[in-house]
Amino acid sequence: MSPRPGFVLEVDRSTPPTMLWHGDGFRQERFPVGTRVVYPPEPVPALADPDAAIRHALEHPVGGSPPLSALLRPGMKLTIAFDDVSLPLPPMRAPDTRERVIGAVLDAAAAGGVDDVVLIAALALHRRMTDDELRHALGSRIFDAFAPHGLLRQHDAEDPDAMVHLGLTDQGEDVEISRRAAESDLLVYVNITLVPMDGGHKSVATGLASYRSIRHHHNVRAMQHSRSFMDRHHSELHSSNWRMGRLIADAGVRIFQIETTLNLDTFPSSFSFLQRREWEWTLRDRAGFHGTRAALERTPPALARQIFHSIRSPHALASVQAGEVEAVHDLTLANLYRQQLVQVEGQSDVLTMGLPYLGPYNVNSVMNPILVSCLGLGYFFNMYRGKPLVREGGVLIISHPTPWAFDPVQHPSYIDFFEQVLAETTDPLEIEAKYEESFATDPWYIHLYRTSHAYHGVHPFYMWYWGAHALQHLGQVIIVGGDRAAVRRMGFKPASTFADAFEMAEDVVGRDPTITHIHNPPVFMSEVT
Amino acid sequence: MSPAGGAPASTKLSPLAARRLVERARSRAGGATRTLSAVVRAPTWPGSVERPVPRRNVGADYDTAWSRTPAARAARAVLVEGVTRPFVRAVAPPTILGADQLDALEGPAIFAANHSSHLDTAIVLSALPARFRRKSVVAAAADYFFDRRWKGDLWSLWLGTIPVERARISRRGADLAAKLIDDGWSLVIYPEGGRSQDGWGQEFHGGAAYLAKRCSVPVVPVHLHGVRPILPKGRNRLRPGRVEVRIGTPLWPLAAAASGREEDARRFAARIEASVAALADEAETDWWSARRRAAAGLTPDPRGPDVAPWRRAWELPDSRRAERPQKPISSWKPW
Repeated sequence: MSPRPGFVLEVDRSTPPTMLWHGDGFRQERFPVGTRVVYPPEPVPALADPDAAIRHALEHPVGGSPPLSALLRPGMKLTIAFDDVSLPLPPMRAPDTRERVIGAVLDAAAAGGVDDVVLIAALALHRRMTDDELRHALGSRIFDAFAPHGLLRQHDAEDPDAMVHLGLTDQGEDVEISRRAAESDLLVYVNITLVPMDGGHKSVATGLASYRSIRHHHNVRAMQHSRSFMDRHHSELHSSNWRMGRLIADAGVRIFQIETTLNLDTFPSSFSFLQRREWEWTLRDRAGFHGTRAALERTPPALARQIFHSIRSPHALASVQAGEVEAVHDLTLANLYRQQLVQVEGQSDVLTMGLPYLGPYNVNSVMNPILVSCLGLGYFFNMYRGKPLVREGGVLIISHPTPWAFDPVQHPSYIDFFEQVLAETTDPLEIEAKYEESFATDPWYIHLYRTSHAYHGVHPFYMWYWGAHALQHLGQVIIVGGDRAAVRRMGFKPASTFADAFEMAEDVVGRDPTITHIHNPPVFMSEVT
Repeated sequence: MSPAGGAPASTKLSPLAARRLVERARSRAGGATRTLSAVVRAPTWPGSVERPVPRRNVGADYDTAWSRTPAARAARAVLVEGVTRPFVRAVAPPTILGADQLDALEGPAIFAANHSSHLDTAIVLSALPARFRRKSVVAAAADYFFDRRWKGDLWSLWLGTIPVERARISRRGADLAAKLIDDGWSLVIYPEGGRSQDGWGQEFHGGAAYLAKRCSVPVVPVHLHGVRPILPKGRNRLRPGRVEVRIGTPLWPLAAAASGREEDARRFAARIEASVAALADEAETDWWSARRRAAAGLTPDPRGPDVAPWRRAWELPDSRRAERPQKPISSWKPW
């Protein structure tokens, strides 16, 4: 049976309680009658033979690119860059898609007699991956063949010797990327496109770039002019990346882009209730939900987090395309939209969402308040095409415990950002103007970024900017069940229950507001008309 | 012990504390009950969402795929060899005639037999060579053998039945049978569509002929003689007796070159029916007489004369009669 598309449910008196994420746990809510709940489409079937599909894509590239085997020759310099630990979410079961794809590329390189091959994790300003994470992403065969010889590298945006400035775009944007990638005869980029923001020219122009380059599109203006940054054709973030990507191509960097999409079968069968509509819950789903919830309530938060972060997703390869960057990305987006789009008619006064324990920037770590804001106001709010699900001046209600907790190893600059910057102001423009430069150039943060597993000093700023469009658009943000002090620090309103939150929302949008709730997992995109 | 010698203060429970304890226990019990109820009770269905029509796994919709898994086939082999065949030998020991007709057959075939008793399938399966018996399915009435889930489970496991609709032409049943034949399964089918009501034969439907043409396999005519008296329609008590199973020459749909024009399923069905009728004649007379009458077009019509029911009953050969045994009169008391 083909997967069912997403749909919009209108809550009535016989609608069972809706399940929603609440960080490292779940809750059930009975939304007011008339609330619209947007359900995601069901996962699409996986490719029957992913390895054959990958080999086919490499030998039948799109956009006028020659087959990969024709681009490989003895004596050449080949660099293979790949997406980092932020994709996919949750980390997928072995073999990871990167292992499959890079394995096929290396097979072709070996057959072509290529000796000079370097693998680079395209971190941009993210934290360095641990050896375990690299081994999981690439598989032991690849890891053991490259890591001991220093040929498996992690992009270091702060190493002046490892970066090369390729020029300025017609908008005056610096384009500075990895020297090894730029000076290779061929750069193969291996991508996983989980949401429409990923991939395309952003892979190289951001993934292998420096702060000097990234700041041109990771800023408040670009975010506020991206409607949304999940819709490439209406995203200033992407326009800037596309300008840079074309400059990179004009500078003679030959890129062979390989993009993949996954089927969004996000959680293993023990969590089957997460992806099933509540009225279709079987006895097993109901027992699973209530049993898991009860167990989590009695589990120390750190242990619960550990359990959740050990989940490996059954994601499977749904499509793979290779060749010239833009042609490949057009195909990827078409596949992704076909898989993820849900038609929704009209906006509402209030948008509600439950946020999970995991976002792109807290893999194996706690989701701190800034990342809660980034996930809710950045990612989930922006998962639209057309217009936001909530009207201008409307209210966003998020369910998440939002603990005042930070991982000092992964997020050291977040702590200072939260304690110092947000204590002063929550206005993204003011924050950008007054504080960004000092955090971005702080030697201690740079040292931790380069040698430890810390996000770059500027990263919390970007995460705050990620919500700039939502902050500009919304009348109020309410967090249900969150740490009150942490929520207030971000300028949001805390509420104990959804009922309280709806009461508070009425002060902003008036009585009897229209409500839309987005149901996840998996992630999906609303096309709002 | 307290210094005063009384009970320790900690063992005394103030009324307020006791009430709190009770309330807490009651609250916990209530929470557990609510959770249990939420697990056990099926969720309600939103009014705006159309309920899917539950898949009926009965009748023609019954899915028999499980009964052809290796485990089910192994179980069926045990049942057929260990129960069915000994049972048939006990109540209706068959004499099998013409089994050599099957020696030259390779691959699957359609066995088309007359039908007068529930025992027919057990007898046919017992009579077939092992290579056919172990990979055969039996076309069975969907409205009778599959009207309950348990019946579908039982008969598809025991006899390898697949559901076919008698009341209407069903593509589903035909497609399933064709697929199985293409996969190498033989098919036992009763072209009359049901057991004889009065002992006389019924008109053959075209299903066997259609499938043979569609799948390019032969139809083997089979005639069962003497089964009706053992267990006729409408009776559930066995009267053991001997039966004869006649296997005829496999029939192939005539190619265009042989017949002048392509034989359609209807004509082919008539040929199958005639072939079974000739076997029936042979059972009443002998092979040579039956052959001569068949050649002369004088084979008696197994459907019997088109006359009043009592006269049809009157004309019925003894071998097909199924009168109840007359009960002995134990006492005669005219007064």
